[in-house]
Amino acid sequence: MNAPVDLSRRRFIVAAGGGLVIAFVVPLASRFAIAQEQHPESGPQGAPPAPPLPQPNAFLTIGSDDSVRVLLAHSEMGQGIWTALPMLVAEELGCDWSKVVVAHAPAAPAYAHTAFGIQATGGSTSVWSEFDRYRQVGALAREMLVAAAAAEFGVDAAQCRVVDGKVVAGRKSARFGELADAAAKLPPPSEVKLKERKDWRLLGKPTRRLDARAKVDGSAVFGIDVQFEGLKVALVARSPVFGGKVKSFDATAARAVKGVRAVVEVPSGVAVVADHFWAARAGRDALAIEWDLGPQATLDSAQLKADYVARAATPGAVAAQAGDAPAKLAGARSVLEAQYDVPFLAHAAMEPLNCTVRLGEGTCEIWTGTQFQTLDQVAVAKVAGLEPAQVTIHTPFLGGGFGRRANPANDFVIEAVHVAKAAGLPVKVLWTREDDTRGGYYRPAFVHRLRASLDGDGSIDAFAATAVGQSILAGTAFAAMIKDGIDSASVEGMADSPYLAGVPHRRIELHTPSPGVPVLWWRSVGHTQNAFAMEGFIDELAHAAKQDPVAFRRRLLKAAGTKGKRNLDVLDRAVEAFGWKQPLPDGHGKGIAVHESFGSHVAQVAEVSVSGGRVRVHRVVCAIDCGVFVNPLTIEAQVQGAIVYGLSAALSGQITFRDGRVVQSNFHDYPTLRIDQMPKVEVHIVDSGEKPGGVGEPGTPPIAPAVANAIFDATGQRLRSLPFRFGA
Amino acid sequence: MKLTINGKDHEIDAPPDMPLLWVLRDLLGMTGTKFGCGLAQCGACTVHLNGAPVRACVTPAAAASSGTISTIEAMAADPVGRIVQQAWIEADVVQCGYCQSGQVMAATALLRENARPTDAEIDAAMSGNLCRCGTYQRVRGAIHLAAGKLSKEDAA
Ligand code: FES
Ligand code: FES
Repeated sequence: MNAPVDLSRRRFIVAAGGGLVIAFVVPLASRFAIAQEQHPESGPQGAPPAPPLPQPNAFLTIGSDDSVRVLLAHSEMGQGIWTALPMLVAEELGCDWSKVVVAHAPAAPAYAHTAFGIQATGGSTSVWSEFDRYRQVGALAREMLVAAAAAEFGVDAAQCRVVDGKVVAGRKSARFGELADAAAKLPPPSEVKLKERKDWRLLGKPTRRLDARAKVDGSAVFGIDVQFEGLKVALVARSPVFGGKVKSFDATAARAVKGVRAVVEVPSGVAVVADHFWAARAGRDALAIEWDLGPQATLDSAQLKADYVARAATPGAVAAQAGDAPAKLAGARSVLEAQYDVPFLAHAAMEPLNCTVRLGEGTCEIWTGTQFQTLDQVAVAKVAGLEPAQVTIHTPFLGGGFGRRANPANDFVIEAVHVAKAAGLPVKVLWTREDDTRGGYYRPAFVHRLRASLDGDGSIDAFAATAVGQSILAGTAFAAMIKDGIDSASVEGMADSPYLAGVPHRRIELHTPSPGVPVLWWRSVGHTQNAFAMEGFIDELAHAAKQDPVAFRRRLLKAAGTKGKRNLDVLDRAVEAFGWKQPLPDGHGKGIAVHESFGSHVAQVAEVSVSGGRVRVHRVVCAIDCGVFVNPLTIEAQVQGAIVYGLSAALSGQITFRDGRVVQSNFHDYPTLRIDQMPKVEVHIVDSGEKPGGVGEPGTPPIAPAVANAIFDATGQRLRSLPFRFGA
Repeated sequence: MKLTINGKDHEIDAPPDMPLLWVLRDLLGMTGTKFGCGLAQCGACTVHLNGAPVRACVTPAAAASSGTISTIEAMAADPVGRIVQQAWIEADVVQCGYCQSGQVMAATALLRENARPTDAEIDAAMSGNLCRCGTYQRVRGAIHLAAGKLSKEDAA
């Protein structure tokens, strides 16, 4: 870890003028920048000022006022990177933490995700994917500031130390701000050495959020808060059925509403543009639209589920196999079989979708909470008839994302461009909660059929699972990632489950129907439904084998060797912290689940009681191993949040269809967890020292099965369908 | 109509049924108060009307014109609101932050009425404020923290 990092391939550049700017040049993106790099600004006085950078690419700017400005290549949507990414820089830089200022980067190739190649926030990757890049940025700036100080002090760089935003040598000392301009004139070093973990002063320590003040005094700006002179508010009437089109409409009454400025047709429906939300809403209510509803108008949840159940009994595409599970099961004396199912789910981020657009002469400015800046930029350019570089994307704070704001179809962004174009006005297209709930791009519904047989000593000797559900990638720009009919997200956490590693006969199959419901990544993606089915069924097998659910899991994980080790460690930690062997109050039950996702391992033990058909979750003890970690406070908050998110879905979340229409509309019929349902959550970090994993999502998958298993313990009822419902 | 907001009078030209939320956000540019549901379901739009928490999304501006309105923008200058904000920062409550204006407003109103709320009282007072990021446990903690700070101030 402590070997010097060769920076030559990174193409760092340093720009002079206005402090020290650490930036990256994107290879091939611009000969201009590379030329600039070959003639660094180290010439004699009177050298021409640095030409403006060809594209935004700064990551860090140290100002003469000592400010340390960090630009984020990812979006802050609650997950805490506004604090965690600057911590990576600050650890190496050695700056005064109170001088750190943070902003979102614009959309530009320099900010492409180090693993995905596009500017994106998702997959619980923001910290691990930037773990090296942001530390290198800090280290590079530190080296240059030290070099500048050494020159000024007339000492060797090795005699200089960096302390809280100052470079010190003996009795001499200079602030970063005093050194920034001189440092910017030096050639950047070709390699830097990153600190060893044992020497960290900031990383790994609980660090409070840098965005807290703005978020408690109302000054934080979210997409929905963007305002400027002349900006109008628009609502769009969209087809009540996915895929439906406007046949005709009468806007007479809508236009008569005071404050309505324009009514325009766009590909997704009819937009009413007005001075403010209330007029836009009244205008939209007054529209008379005749829809051509299209083939989806018969979509019905009960029918769809029956279709999925029927498919689950037929052979599907094989996602993973070993031995001959079908033959083994056919010959087994007794086979345990179960069906699990989960519904469609809306993300229901607290900030409803919205997007603000201002078109100018050869320009387009977008303000929106997006997780997909550069994809949106390209899609917007197409609609606006511009080049991507002519499209500026401003990223305000995101009032939650959970995957909904990372849409390969760019739905809410391009729609707003269509509206602005048709109306000839700058607009903020705002979605009501009803629009947001009914707007599609749901977590796909799934049905699982699972079968297994146990041998004489209670070990699994054959296991077969068939999953039925839509592919998220199908029909998108990422469809090429589907291999042999398998969208890996549909079977993740099941096809590669460590429980099965030691099972001699196993087979995972997949059916991918296309009922036409727009689906999307939803916090923890395929792991949500697969962990639910897997952990529930493993619990059933433990029961069938007359073994304690923890002991049964431990045995399977041990049999998996290194593949099961980290799961085993978090399992042990959670069980111990919970007091698995301690008696519980009367009527209470406990349940366990352990699951790996996004490079992290999580075990949860839930304690529940059930009365009058209502589940009460009293306590959740969680252990997480996310490898080398950055901010324990963030981890705790994210795990709590992931549990709340998964619990909302398990207790009450479902999107259903009748006559092609979404039945649910707002928080009264799509309820999410409230504070009076909040269990006491304990989070324990297991420090494995392994490579950093994700934190935002891995806490979600285990909660539904942990609670289902606890319900079984409390009541003897096995609930295999989400959201939980008790039979009469 | 005339509205008194954060101690300042505003003359507003708005349809009589226009909710206070949209007067604040779209006519006055005060965007600290958030829109989450429009149905009194989520609490994101919580403001104080004569000191009591109300949902601005279902409160017609006309109905608020005879009273005194305060919003999140005034809480830094409010003796209880300020302490609540401090406690929120210390307890590292916020995540995405979108619900937090409403949480701070609801908590401030609670602490004015009940200086030492129990967990159950907190749950009862705060159950109208949804948080999709799941900050509830720290909301509880921060309210206890603020209560402690307030009683110390009183004693001083
Ligand atoms: S926006 Fe008013 S309660 Fe939700
Ligand atoms: S902090 Fe995100 S909704 Fe509460």
